[in-house]
Amino acid sequence: MAMLEVRDLHVAFPKGKKTEVEALRGVDLTLEKGERLGVVGESGAGKSMLAFAILNLIAEPGRVSRGSVTFHGENLLDLSERDIRGIRGNRISMIFQDPMVTLNPVLTIGTQMMETLRAHRRISDAEARKLCIEGLKQVAIPSAESRMEAYPHELSGGLRQRVVIAIALLTDPELIIADEPTTALDVTIQAEIMALILKLCRENDVALILITHDLGVVAEVTEKLMIMYAGKCVETGPTRQIIDAPTHPYTSGLLKALPQNAGRGTRLYQIPGSMPPITALPTGCAYHPRCERATERCKAEIPQLDGRVACFHPLNTAEEVQ
Amino acid sequence: MISLKGFIKRFLSDPVAIGAGIVLLVLVLMALFAPLIAPQNPYDLMQLDIMDSELPPSWQPGGDERFWLGTDAQGRGVLSTIMYGTGISLLIGIGAVVVQGVLGVSLGLIAGYKGGWVDSFLMRLADIQLSLSTLMMAIIALALFQAAFDANVYADYAIIMLILVIGIAEWPKFARTVRSSVLGEKKKEYVDAARVIGLPARKIMWGHILPNTLTPVLVISTLQVAEAIMIEASLSFLGLGMPVDRPSLGSLIRSGFEFIFSGSWWITFYPAIVLVALILALNLLGDWLRDVLNPKLRRGDD
Amino acid sequence: MTGPIVETKGLEVRFPLPTHFLSREKPMLHALNGVDVAIQPGESFCVVGESGCGKTTLGRAIMGLLEPSAGEIYFKGQRIDGMDETTRKPIRRDMQMVFQNPYASLNPRRNVFETLAEPIRHLMPEKSTSEVRQQVEDVLAATGCDPSWQRRLPHEFSGGQRQRIAIARALVTNPAFIVADEPISALDVSIQAQILNLLTDLQAERGLTYLFITHDLSVVEHFGSRVAVMYLGAMMELAEAETIFETPKHPYTRLLLDAIPKLEGGSFDKPRTPGELPDPVNPPPGCPFAPRCPMAEARCRSERPKLRTLDNGTQAACHFAE
Repeated sequence: MAMLEVRDLHVAFPKGKKTEVEALRGVDLTLEKGERLGVVGESGAGKSMLAFAILNLIAEPGRVSRGSVTFHGENLLDLSERDIRGIRGNRISMIFQDPMVTLNPVLTIGTQMMETLRAHRRISDAEARKLCIEGLKQVAIPSAESRMEAYPHELSGGLRQRVVIAIALLTDPELIIADEPTTALDVTIQAEIMALILKLCRENDVALILITHDLGVVAEVTEKLMIMYAGKCVETGPTRQIIDAPTHPYTSGLLKALPQNAGRGTRLYQIPGSMPPITALPTGCAYHPRCERATERCKAEIPQLDGRVACFHPLNTAEEVQ
Repeated sequence: MISLKGFIKRFLSDPVAIGAGIVLLVLVLMALFAPLIAPQNPYDLMQLDIMDSELPPSWQPGGDERFWLGTDAQGRGVLSTIMYGTGISLLIGIGAVVVQGVLGVSLGLIAGYKGGWVDSFLMRLADIQLSLSTLMMAIIALALFQAAFDANVYADYAIIMLILVIGIAEWPKFARTVRSSVLGEKKKEYVDAARVIGLPARKIMWGHILPNTLTPVLVISTLQVAEAIMIEASLSFLGLGMPVDRPSLGSLIRSGFEFIFSGSWWITFYPAIVLVALILALNLLGDWLRDVLNPKLRRGDD
Repeated sequence: MTGPIVETKGLEVRFPLPTHFLSREKPMLHALNGVDVAIQPGESFCVVGESGCGKTTLGRAIMGLLEPSAGEIYFKGQRIDGMDETTRKPIRRDMQMVFQNPYASLNPRRNVFETLAEPIRHLMPEKSTSEVRQQVEDVLAATGCDPSWQRRLPHEFSGGQRQRIAIARALVTNPAFIVADEPISALDVSIQAQILNLLTDLQAERGLTYLFITHDLSVVEHFGSRVAVMYLGAMMELAEAETIFETPKHPYTRLLLDAIPKLEGGSFDKPRTPGELPDPVNPPPGCPFAPRCPMAEARCRSERPKLRTLDNGTQAACHFAE
């Protein structure tokens, strides 16, 4: 069995008194030990919602309305709050966009790291301290011993995110979920942090779900890729394959719209319009109003994911190439 | 930003807001139309009869049909004096808040937008003013005023004096609220965009920033009306507010206070009930407004 | 055209840091340290760098939003810094700005027409009401906005639509020069292409000159004609866009280029050493980049390299560039 299996996951939010809107409309994913998956989508596509739903962290008034999240054969959505705490932050760690979500501004780095460690392990103070310093060294924080006494605000954004990564790795997790971990950082710092995450995942055989809007970052870091649009996965498969030969018109459009794929001074390929809000989805395929390949069928029927792509008229398939 | 439709919908779905709104509406209408609906005109000395003094409410033994809630020591109907008195209390409350608002919003806007020493000066001034109790400043000012002029002059200008004194004493609340909103707004890029086209500071402050800081002003205005009415009532109770022949709710409570122990409780009791209802309705509405207009507390519908 | 449209000479901007009003020390943040640029008419002059490098300060100083502490700014040969408002007014028509965050750059209480009419009313008081209306409608059409938007408030629009409105506001007085400060970085990928295309089209139609401020080098490669790389308030390298991407001369430019995530992958495979911006309040005496530079020597730490022209026409501020 796969390490993590998400089946037909739906997340709904109430709209008005009786009706609900769905922020996730049936997402499936499978992740093996040590596998790195990229989840890419624009804002509002539901990619962060997916991360929260996996950890059973959907805040009121939202709720998981259907589906299952199985981690080593156990459905996380059925676990009690106490049982899930043994998994969340322990066997599954999280890294958020803003390090200050994870770090408490009034406690030193050392206190926070030791607290995390001792919440999940029965070890002595001295031992915990040793492990924390090792953890900081692992993420290449200079003078790790003295940084244990530092407060979060005394560190730069890049160093803070390194501390968050160190905390995420302290409990030897099997899976790290990283939600836009470098969006707030500069490009050179982003490169450092992503290279670090990649190295640590490889060395410790940790699986990664990397949520981002940046196709370049997933191309660098992940092996598998999932493209999300309006609460659904529209295309999934090996990262290289999708980037070299996208089959969903949306994926293809996103790639073509990147400036690095266009000649200097030429116009960029542009997808018309913008993603509909979840409260006003069109009928049929949610992408059809923006799609140049859309037909009458796309307006009436919702295409289902056939293993690779959810589209009635995919590109770059065997027939298409012939 | 909340639309007018959404606002009305929120109002109608909240029983507390509806209740407070109805109480306030009834009291305001009662005060506005007092000359038309009041059984007597308490200002008209010709209608007063000393023989009617201290009559109990009409359903009690010795009560009189003409005076439903009884009469006070001068023979004025308590109901009529409450109707007129509510008007005077509201007038002073609203008037004082207009003074506070004009002063506070202008000074807060200038302090927040100009920054530097102007800001430091105005805010230190506000600190000093807030550290002196409003009541104490009002007592000193009114006592001096009362001592300096004779009773007739005082009676003529009492309303204006109360409005000015309470208004000037409480401006820092508005100034601080507006200043902190201005500090948030002036960092936004629409202000830079206005500066790029060379709009003068005056136009940016009043035309661009001010409209975006009015939401909290609306909230505190409601709460401050209640506060001002309370201050006026306290001053009147101490004998420094409205004179006995043009009573506000506070002076009515005071005038009846000395008769409580002689059994004429109604002279104080009914004005006090109306005062409490008025203040409570205003405070509940103010709190409700803050909840509705504060996007941080608001979820979902827009 | 002969001279540059916008020129700065030795531009310096220092910000006093907030201190206690009794403290003797007056620490200064050096946001710009002697910057010389000469922007030629019709070009897209790009300024790149990481946060804190002074790129936004440069744009704001040119637009008069900041008072320079030293140096001169010229527009079409006329010195504009410290100019009084009456003389400057006709020049303001010719210089406009597009901001980063379309959610903050439009006044939420003003409808689109009022927002667009304000610059005309203020800067071209001679225009009649019907001329103002005509001009607003023309600029809406030119920026791909629907004329029916005029009576609507900003919150009714998506991020991409708002940025179009913000561009329309910048263009409504028919300027020759536009400062665009990160105009696409707050937008989704598919919307970024739409806005970049719009800027390219408008430049072709109206012969606009852009000062394009961004942290995204892949956008620069596509969009820019000349590129200035800034670091800690100083110019590190200045070259034609093609030259800088083919033969970067300054080690910082190379670091930046190396940090871009690439669709081909592979550039995050080697770990990177953490690098942070030096403290801009007490900048190091020598080259600002020396603490992070792999080729730094003793000379770099003591002597600040001057911007000098190399054989291929690139200007670089590095002792070892050739």
